Amino acid sequence: MPMHSKRSLDSVNGKPLPCPVTIVGGYLGSGKTTLINHLLSQADGSRLAILVNDFGELAIDAQLIEGQEGDVISLSGGCVCCSYGNDLTGALLQLNLDVVDQVVIESSGVALPGAISGSLSLLSEYVVSSIVVLIDASTIQRHAKDKYLADTIERQLASADLIAINKVDLISDEQQWEISDWLKQDYASLSVIEVQESKIPKSLLLIASQHSMSVKETTKGPSDRGHDASIYCTFSLNLPAEYDIAGIACKLAGADNGLLRVKGFIKDLNGAVHTLQMVGSRWSVDTAPEGVSCGLMCIGLKDLCDEEQINKLIESN
Amino acid sequence: MITIYAAKKILTMNPARPTVTHVAVRDGLIIGAGSLAELEGFGEHTLNDQFADKIIMPGMVEGHSHAVEGKWWKYVYCGYFDRMDPHGKVWPGLRSIDEVVERLKEQDAKLTDPDEPMAGWSIDPIYYPEKRVTRHDLDRVSTTRPIGIMHASGHIMNTNSRALELAGFLRTGIENEGMPLGEDGLPTGELRGPDIMMPVGNHAGFDGNLFDFDEEGLVDFGKLCVRKGVTTATDLAAKLADEVVDVGVRVTARDDFPLRLMPFRFHHGLTPNELLEHVLQLKEHSTDRFRLGRIKIVADGSIQGFTARIKAPGYYNGAPNGLWYIAPDQMLSIYQLALQHNIQVHTHTNGDEATDLAIDTLETALKTHPTVNHRFTIQHGQLINAAQFKRMSVLGFCVNHFANHHFYWGDEHYHLTVGPERAERMNPCRTALDNGIPLAIHSDAPITPIGPLFTAWCAVNRLTSSGRTQGEYEKISVAEALYAITIGAAYTLQLDDEIGSIEAGKRADFAILEDDPTAIDPVKLKDVRIWGTVQDGRVFDANAL
Repeated sequence: MPMHSKRSLDSVNGKPLPCPVTIVGGYLGSGKTTLINHLLSQADGSRLAILVNDFGELAIDAQLIEGQEGDVISLSGGCVCCSYGNDLTGALLQLNLDVVDQVVIESSGVALPGAISGSLSLLSEYVVSSIVVLIDASTIQRHAKDKYLADTIERQLASADLIAINKVDLISDEQQWEISDWLKQDYASLSVIEVQESKIPKSLLLIASQHSMSVKETTKGPSDRGHDASIYCTFSLNLPAEYDIAGIACKLAGADNGLLRVKGFIKDLNGAVHTLQMVGSRWSVDTAPEGVSCGLMCIGLKDLCDEEQINKLIESN
Repeated sequence: MITIYAAKKILTMNPARPTVTHVAVRDGLIIGAGSLAELEGFGEHTLNDQFADKIIMPGMVEGHSHAVEGKWWKYVYCGYFDRMDPHGKVWPGLRSIDEVVERLKEQDAKLTDPDEPMAGWSIDPIYYPEKRVTRHDLDRVSTTRPIGIMHASGHIMNTNSRALELAGFLRTGIENEGMPLGEDGLPTGELRGPDIMMPVGNHAGFDGNLFDFDEEGLVDFGKLCVRKGVTTATDLAAKLADEVVDVGVRVTARDDFPLRLMPFRFHHGLTPNELLEHVLQLKEHSTDRFRLGRIKIVADGSIQGFTARIKAPGYYNGAPNGLWYIAPDQMLSIYQLALQHNIQVHTHTNGDEATDLAIDTLETALKTHPTVNHRFTIQHGQLINAAQFKRMSVLGFCVNHFANHHFYWGDEHYHLTVGPERAERMNPCRTALDNGIPLAIHSDAPITPIGPLFTAWCAVNRLTSSGRTQGEYEKISVAEALYAITIGAAYTLQLDDEIGSIEAGKRADFAILEDDPTAIDPVKLKDVRIWGTVQDGRVFDANAL
């Protein structure tokens, strides 16, 4: 498993590349901590720095803990967990980025992920790679109407690149349709997935280069919802030509094509190669490392996303 | 050993005998308040007449302050208003940006290393015609040393170019609401919000623990309290790490430490269960002068920062509603756990929606955990209305209003934040009392200067800094204001059986005054001269600290 001790460098200016940050938002009970535990359990050698508001419900396998010093817990495999209390910026400034591949921030239940992203934009060592907002399918309809919470939930969802409707196993099909309809109406531009037990495939959220871009075939359970291979499709596209990258990225990031995650290399109209990353509705273009071959790895929703259609979308641009 | 103090007049705050001439003290306890003849009945005593020409009132109780004010005096004072430091020096208010620059230059001249950072505090540019301070203003002080000046509100900071440069922000292309840009596309040096302030503030000499007191600062806070007649004060939002508790226990135990300090554990960064566990642990370390074991919740932000949660019709200038700093379900869990374990909770609410949440939450929590005499208190509660007070009264809520706001930000509230009608009923002390709500009033030091008599003056006169009376109806009398800064505040801290009035059985905590606050023109209440205090029978002369 690849373990590099130094940060990746920008191939053009030789400076360390900013560390990708995933912001996990959502109200209490939406499954943020479960998602964190899920990501930690399948980190597979990527060195995650998890920043949580409090250690509270975080169920870290005691065997994984190598040590704790104040607000920082070191885990075997190179991951760390820090509780940041009311000083997220301070916690970020103290991280040793030489030994971190990706940061995941669990925001508090009423925090606005957009505001966290705004603060992060000032720290040049970091770049937000995605904001995922979880909702608890069994309570979201009540919370979205709650007089104290409605506007906070709305602001959280509006800032998301990817909305994960969690705990879909706890609700009826009718409820599920109602929630989907509501999200389609109010948040039409956002990618939405349905999951159980916060099991969002890590390849959707983690950016750092050594993560493979596949979704696991999982055994079918009593319900056929929430299992990776039955929900997601993966495919790769060859990109032989030169492209209007921004134009393509905008189309890929649209919610209607079912595409959730794109990663790869693409030539611009001047023939320069760039890295393209997309998570939900967020995309970014950076200088590519030297010697890479062009092509995109894609993950989409099986029901909505069609390889051929995506190919056409790119070639028609 | 009994000491009987003679005074020109003793304002006891005991309605049964409101004024007396003598008070007898034994081992830090008041054994009687009355005439000399009455007190002589206790037997052998020493008659002490050092206060014979002075007025004695109960030691004042500041129910919402932060002990870190002592530490902040290490930074350069840049406020618009005159302010007394812990050593008794009154720093003149700075009436223009030029005066701010001048004061910083004086400090600059004292530093030998041209790169040494310089931190200042309490600047409030809304009072200056320019309305904004920029890095260019502060660059006139120095271009080599990083400079950072915290605003009076504590939520904004101004920095010079060097501080921005060291933090990596003296560049174009920054897009962040918290960091406004000048015409040149570079940040103006104004930093809004803690997340934006900290990365630059670190370079300008502010240490990371902006709100934790240190040893020297705590000693200084004690001195400041003596000068203001305060014998009990809160440190109302503390993380209380072990090392901070050690400092607190140690410093307050000194024979010459003049204050009873009540730190409240801030809710942030812990789950409700962890919070309760920590507070119960802290309680074990509680001492007579360092009282631990209470919780402070912050429900929303501030009105002048437009982060308070307010109900319709919302902000006067149309700003969107503010932010929750705690999830409603977490507040409920904390209230329930606290009621279950007899732990007191004070809840900061500025906006009326946040107050509604606290009221709803306590109502729910009391159904599952019926408790009497919990004395949960709303802190600030600046926009509470009569209907809310009626519910609070039934539930047993107390209130501690931020009366100093009338003076410092009253005009701002009138013109900008909530508009005339609601500005006139902010911090409605009259309505609180009329609804039978136990009332305290506060300074929120270091946001505004500690000084209960000034705070009382604010509640009595409701004058803004421009000299307007704002909210005639919500004024209270001098007697009511004196109640709010003594026995009223003591009640909100569950200490009214110990302090807050001068009567047999209470602690010998006195404020020693040169003037009688009940005899002077109410508009001069803030000018009452203070000689010092007696705390637990120990005499502290403000001129001999």
